[in-house]
Amino acid sequence: MKRHRSADRTGVQPSEASVTSETAVGRRVFLGLLGFGAAGIVFGSSVQGWLERNVGPVLAKDPTGLLALLPIGRFRIYSVTSNLPDRSRSAYRLTVSGLVDRKTVLTFADLAAMPKTHLARDFQCVTGWRVPGVRWAGVRLRDVLDRAGVRPEAGAVRFVSFDGTYTESLTVAQARRSDVLVAYEMEGEALSSEHGGPARLYIAPMYGYKSLKWLETIELTRQVEPGYWEQRGYDVNGWVGHSNHRSDDPTA
Amino acid sequence: MTPPPELARFDRVERAAHWSTATLFGVLMFTGAALYAGPISTLVGQREVVRTIHVGAGLLLPLPLLVGLVGRWGRALRVDLRRLGRFDDEDRVWLHRGTRDDARLGKFNPGQKLNAAFLGSAIVVMLGTGIVLKWFSLFSLTTRTGATFVHDWVALGIWVSVLGHIMLALRDPDALRGMLYGAVPIRWARLHRPGWYEAETGEPATRLKPPEPAPAATEGA
Repeated sequence: MKRHRSADRTGVQPSEASVTSETAVGRRVFLGLLGFGAAGIVFGSSVQGWLERNVGPVLAKDPTGLLALLPIGRFRIYSVTSNLPDRSRSAYRLTVSGLVDRKTVLTFADLAAMPKTHLARDFQCVTGWRVPGVRWAGVRLRDVLDRAGVRPEAGAVRFVSFDGTYTESLTVAQARRSDVLVAYEMEGEALSSEHGGPARLYIAPMYGYKSLKWLETIELTRQVEPGYWEQRGYDVNGWVGHSNHRSDDPTA
Repeated sequence: MTPPPELARFDRVERAAHWSTATLFGVLMFTGAALYAGPISTLVGQREVVRTIHVGAGLLLPLPLLVGLVGRWGRALRVDLRRLGRFDDEDRVWLHRGTRDDARLGKFNPGQKLNAAFLGSAIVVMLGTGIVLKWFSLFSLTTRTGATFVHDWVALGIWVSVLGHIMLALRDPDALRGMLYGAVPIRWARLHRPGWYEAETGEPATRLKPPEPAPAATEGA
């Protein structure tokens, strides 16, 4: 194989040496992207909020679903364990125990037979993303609690996920709000396992980390026990816009 | 039959830096997609493992280029980096619609230059914002949200840039040979990178061009 090596460069540099004007495009791109990065870190939070309020609703109507790949007004699936928990509706059991009159185990059919509530609210994550007007359906948590009968000495409710790790809790007063659901439908469809199905909590006025996914156990306790993320620094009372040093618009 | 003559284009160090950076980019893009896009997250699972690979590959990402640039062995890469960073008059002729074929391009065309500038800069930005996301407890929530915003959008840009780069490389197998084996067919260089061809060989590249109609000959050059 014969190759022309560039050994003798001394005499011949016709075009590259006689260039008249050069633009440092590489430097411009570099500084431009660095500037975008810096500005994005400072203003990204507000820009993201604006996009989610104004562009999110438009993207939600995209029939192809391709625009859902854009980082605007979409759910991100966070799971703290390595495998996505998966349980069928028929295998699903919800246990209500602790300081109750009678320990109760509900099947999915039991839940579905209870009065159904619909709620359409924004879903706000503490990491910044917000999904506008999500339609939830399920059973009010207070109806589930009343099936087991809450004893007077109970002051809080602790929730355990069947992912084996995640926990959350609320005061009994918070748990009795009418916008707190054991949700089993989202956007008119059965709750998928990535969104916490067959059933999860949906706590409308609080940040997403409060709305425990893959709900398996509800335990009545005397006092609030900080949940998974709260042991890692998040606020126990995770009101949207009034906790975690954030100022998002309220969701309820 | 003798094999067609070739012109050396990328030395071993450049190719090693290119392919190891490309491998890391590939790993980062796929693990990133698995962390980001719901359907893929569900398919892949193992969030903890995927995250660890993503962070590891991210921290390694600048190394191949940095190692390739330093010292004696980095000479060719440094020269090419300088070429990639600058637009000259020929690039402007190339960018101008209608005069593209008249451009006597150097070693790289403007698209290659922009691609290299964007991806190179993206390494820095993704590393910076990635560090905020990884060691989040050191930063305020606003900073974290902002860093997520930047990391997401630049990631989309990287997908576009890398897919475009691969597509164009596959459409031009002669150019791809340069990055795979180090040399390109000499006729490719003469035709597509005449400025570079002349600088390397000292021969005029014009003679390979199709003969121009006699009367108009004075105008083009």
